[in-house]
Amino acid sequence: MTMDTGVVWLTIFVLSVFVGIEVISKVSSTLHTPLMSGANAIHGIILLGAIIVTGTTDNSLAVAVGLVAIVLAAVNMVGGFVVTDRMLQMFTRKKPAKSDESKVA
Amino acid sequence: MPTWIQLVFLACGVCFILALKGLSGPKTARNGNLLGAGAAVVACAMPFFWTDLHLQHVPLILIAIAIGTVGGVYGARTVQMTQMPQMVALFNGVGGGAASLVALLELQQVVDAGGHDSWFNLAATAFTIAVGAVSFAGSVVTFAKLQDLMTSRPVVFPGLPILFGAALIGSLGLSVMLVDDPRIWVGITLGLLGLLVGVLLVLPVGGADVPIVISLLNAFTGLTVAAGGYVLSNVLLLVAGTLVGSSGTFLTLLMARAMGRSVPNILFGALKGGSTLGGGEASDRPVRSITPEDGAIMLAYADRVIIVPGYGLAVAQAQHTLRELVDVLGERGIEIDYAIHPVAGRMPGHMNVLLAEAQVPYEQLREMDQINGDFKDTDVVLVVGANDVVNPAAKTSPGAPIYGMPILNADEARQIIFMKRSMRPGFAGIENELLFEEKTSLLFGDAKDTMSKLLNAVKAL
Repeated sequence: MTMDTGVVWLTIFVLSVFVGIEVISKVSSTLHTPLMSGANAIHGIILLGAIIVTGTTDNSLAVAVGLVAIVLAAVNMVGGFVVTDRMLQMFTRKKPAKSDESKVA
Repeated sequence: MPTWIQLVFLACGVCFILALKGLSGPKTARNGNLLGAGAAVVACAMPFFWTDLHLQHVPLILIAIAIGTVGGVYGARTVQMTQMPQMVALFNGVGGGAASLVALLELQQVVDAGGHDSWFNLAATAFTIAVGAVSFAGSVVTFAKLQDLMTSRPVVFPGLPILFGAALIGSLGLSVMLVDDPRIWVGITLGLLGLLVGVLLVLPVGGADVPIVISLLNAFTGLTVAAGGYVLSNVLLLVAGTLVGSSGTFLTLLMARAMGRSVPNILFGALKGGSTLGGGEASDRPVRSITPEDGAIMLAYADRVIIVPGYGLAVAQAQHTLRELVDVLGERGIEIDYAIHPVAGRMPGHMNVLLAEAQVPYEQLREMDQINGDFKDTDVVLVVGANDVVNPAAKTSPGAPIYGMPILNADEARQIIFMKRSMRPGFAGIENELLFEEKTSLLFGDAKDTMSKLLNAVKAL
């Protein structure tokens, strides 16, 4: 018995919905901003789609539009991850900062 | 698609799940983010190794990626921590725009191939075009509101609900047309209408609620990418987009709950005429203004002090001076803590980021629930650049836009010092009754300047 392709896609979709809710259900409010920013970077994966669509068309107008999409998607993906890392750096710098202070004191 | 690439995509999907999981815990957050970044880079490299795809225009594509990367890194590295929320909004918006354009290109390919495709595929294409455009335009408006390029108050004009409804129905109609008979001009019009819907959706949202809308638009973009993944038959896009869509929706609800707001109320509250407060009629009422020297005496001879930091502190870059002041007061044996409202700053957790940047020890940061019982035994509360998070109107005035939002009980303390630039109301645009109370003193001036004067005055005692 083979599964209907559409049903396979629907299954993946529904399971992903539950996984998405489940993995972040215990987040503390302190991390809401970085989490939102990190999730924001993940949907920058549309870059993959933009590359494929642009690289498989011959229509020059379509290529131009595709290149714009690639630039936008790359800004989303790269900028998103870098900015999230910058935020999280602030959180993890706590430890060394404290030891520095105790040395000074 | 070769099996090995499909397996790489599967691995990347798992990495995204682990990345989100990591991001929700303080110890694992940074590694989680790096894992997600690594997976995204690997996934985007795949088309170049996928020989059957016969990828064309490779040099142009690489140049476009390079431009986007440079732009993204530049923006992310140079943005001030205080402007973080609008940067995230902007990144989210361009992602939505990219998804919309990708769907338009896919539609073009369907049209070129004779216009035959399954109705579900076309519906997903229409969804991606429209919602991607909503996300793009909505994010641009939130950016403008947070960056003070336009007023942060709710913008409502007569006929806005009708126009909004008409745009929605129009989008739905165009989507049906697209499914029935795919044509590129229908797709483009749908995208333009989506832009209009995005603008109209965000205009009536008040400034204090904008962060929640950013989170909501983030979830929208996630769903857009998921639908795009279905259209392109790419499982990784479907999984990644759905993860962001569902976790983003859930996060939006969590944020709204932290602020005591409901999402429908945030989006459509202003349309019902719920927020009528504002106006400057009360601002010439008498207040008690003091000098930094007076403030220093009040602080230095207290036993228990609580600091309530707000966005104004960060804007003035006074957090480093504040930390020094707290250190000096701590040396005098005063018990002193920072009370962090969940939405202090512009977004949940934003203030923690800003204070961590000033190297304030984590143990001194107390969350609202932990510290709210302490205010009644507190001698002096120092409110620095905050307003709405201590506004009693949230408890007492049912008409206020912030009514129902949990606040810090600063009004229970024996004395309150407000450091303010002016009598201007807070981000929510409403008057704060606490300013006019007898036990409240105001220290006017730029937070950084006043803070150094206060610090010197305390040191001189």
